[in-house]
Amino acid sequence: MRTDITKINEKTPHDQLTEGLMIFAGATSKHFKTGEWRTNTPVFHEDKCKQCLLCAPVCPDSSIPVQDGRRLAFDMDHCKGCGICANVCPFDAIEMKEGNE
Amino acid sequence: MAIKERMSGNEAVSFAIRQINPDVMPAFPITPSTEIPQMVSTYIANGEIDTEFIPVESEHSAMSATIGAEAAGARSLTATSSAGLALMWEELLLAASNRLPLVLALVNRTLSGPININCDHSDGMGARDTGWIQIYAENNQEAYDNFIQAYPIAEDTRVHLPVMICQDGFITSHAVENITLLEDEPVKNFVGEYQPEEFLLNPGKPIAVGPYSVSNYAMEAKKNQEIALENSKEVILEVAKKFQKISGREYGLFEEYKTQDADYIMLIMGSAAGTAKQAVDDLRDKGKKVGVLKLRVFRPFPAEEIAMALKNCKAVAIMDRCESYNGNGGPLGSEVSAGLFRNKVMIETVNYIYGLAGRDFTVGDACDIFSELDDMIVNGKEVEQYQYVRLRK
Amino acid sequence: MKNGIEIRWHGRGGQGAKTAALLLADVAFKTGRNVQGFPEYGPERMGAPITAYNRISSDKIRVHSNIYHPDYVVVVDETLLGSVDVTAGLKKTGAIIINTAKSREEIEEHLGGYEGRVFMVDARKISVETLGKNFPNSPMLAAAVAVSKVMPREKFIKEMRASYQHKFAKKPEVIDGNMKALEMAFDKVEGTMEAEQLTISA
Repeated sequence: MRTDITKINEKTPHDQLTEGLMIFAGATSKHFKTGEWRTNTPVFHEDKCKQCLLCAPVCPDSSIPVQDGRRLAFDMDHCKGCGICANVCPFDAIEMKEGNE
Repeated sequence: MAIKERMSGNEAVSFAIRQINPDVMPAFPITPSTEIPQMVSTYIANGEIDTEFIPVESEHSAMSATIGAEAAGARSLTATSSAGLALMWEELLLAASNRLPLVLALVNRTLSGPININCDHSDGMGARDTGWIQIYAENNQEAYDNFIQAYPIAEDTRVHLPVMICQDGFITSHAVENITLLEDEPVKNFVGEYQPEEFLLNPGKPIAVGPYSVSNYAMEAKKNQEIALENSKEVILEVAKKFQKISGREYGLFEEYKTQDADYIMLIMGSAAGTAKQAVDDLRDKGKKVGVLKLRVFRPFPAEEIAMALKNCKAVAIMDRCESYNGNGGPLGSEVSAGLFRNKVMIETVNYIYGLAGRDFTVGDACDIFSELDDMIVNGKEVEQYQYVRLRK
Repeated sequence: MKNGIEIRWHGRGGQGAKTAALLLADVAFKTGRNVQGFPEYGPERMGAPITAYNRISSDKIRVHSNIYHPDYVVVVDETLLGSVDVTAGLKKTGAIIINTAKSREEIEEHLGGYEGRVFMVDARKISVETLGKNFPNSPMLAAAVAVSKVMPREKFIKEMRASYQHKFAKKPEVIDGNMKALEMAFDKVEGTMEAEQLTISA
């Protein structure tokens, strides 16, 4: 009885919901595009970045992917634009701009 | 082979726990249930069971830890009384809404105040709308038998709800009485190994328990929980049938004692039911047609079944060992009356509040109540519809 | 009770009256009968008056109330006599057993004109002689069994030895003292009964 959460939505009848609304699946937050809520957007200046990686662990939405010791571009599907990363960056490599884009 | 023994109600429940050998027991002591965690930890210390006992700092933590352990996939339980149950209140609702089949041994004690350590049902009744199944016992034998049936009811896939096994504080918890125990093997086979389909500590099969639910989902979830509680009725009866096969003892949602031809029936729960049965025998000897309906399963409330069982009598005394402060009677008084009305059974009822905070209830008290019902029906005596038994006036 | 007896115990918290009632239920169970032994708790304090009860019957026992018309009353602490109405409801056909070193006249003053039999056992003296300490509940338990004739002396002694062997597995040196205390209390009650018989026949 694993849950396919793409098939559950606000029109699903009660008898097709899971017991106790438990979710029998992992990492389901990926399916929720919280990036839509963004009103400020970070801009990554790769040329200024020293790859110190202070930004990645402070991101509340895990929207700064890291691979082989280097950070990659923002995951804009999930970044809510809080600006914490821009605040911790010692090299001004992240700049916050108004708007969703 | 049945084992003839004598022990207290607390010993009986602890013995059942020993036979079941659950995985985890977080508990915090409170009179009169303290002996249960005490005895279980002795069994653990002696190496008789390998239950993980978690000493916690409060009942709030006890229920939280029990919920956590059960969600993780461990068969879990705790025990408490009175204020301890009150401190668990928030978690009680979570145990039920998260559909966790854990078990709580409740030794009924009054809720303060006035502060008092003795028996009434105000703790259990206070938790009546938390979504738990509640089963009450007349004596140590029933407390033991009910406890053995608890997990098979709770863990049934049609149910998945927590179960509270209740017995009267001191009156049965601390009274040594005869009991017939089952051997370990039949109990272990009856309860079986706990094999949840989904649980937290299950590598490769992640789940989320108790996620936030927006309004568009919460009401549907509550309805599903209510359906599970309704389903538990048939499961309770099925489990009772299976239990009868291994024990020879019969259980239902309630017990009807000499009610078939009874003019007057006393509806009562817990240890006082035995006292009421003695009164029935004494009055039957004098030719009075009286009986007792002893409610065993309070949640789910068998409203229709009770109405059908009462429909041929002239009057029923609804006995509440709890004041509900609704200005209109006790919890049983309200629920039985509503059940009778909805099923169009228009008999006379009188709601008696008795035995609060350990006030004794005697055979004489029960006889007086039957005689008052008779006076009301035969002589048209005006009887207070909601009154206290043995109140000093 | 139709086919059984009811006993009420009066003591003070910490003296073992509750334990004695539970032990009586325990040994009476060995005779194959139905038993009930239960305490009535007030405030949980050392020294506060407490009451405990026994029902012993060949029938199934269903009543779960206190006992108001006991066949026997056992008073473990005589200092209760002034403050607690120990003979309340006590059947005339029954008896009261009191732990005391006083004379019958002194005791009867406190019994509200009770017309049944009165047994006096100096459980303190017996206990100090046999155990070196004041544990009045063992002698009083023996006295209760002797007076109520719940079971024959030999059976009682045998069961109690087994029970003590279990209870005092780690300090077997106290078993003999306890057994002696039971025997002495039994002797005392049986002596009183013989004296009664002699008085009646004279």
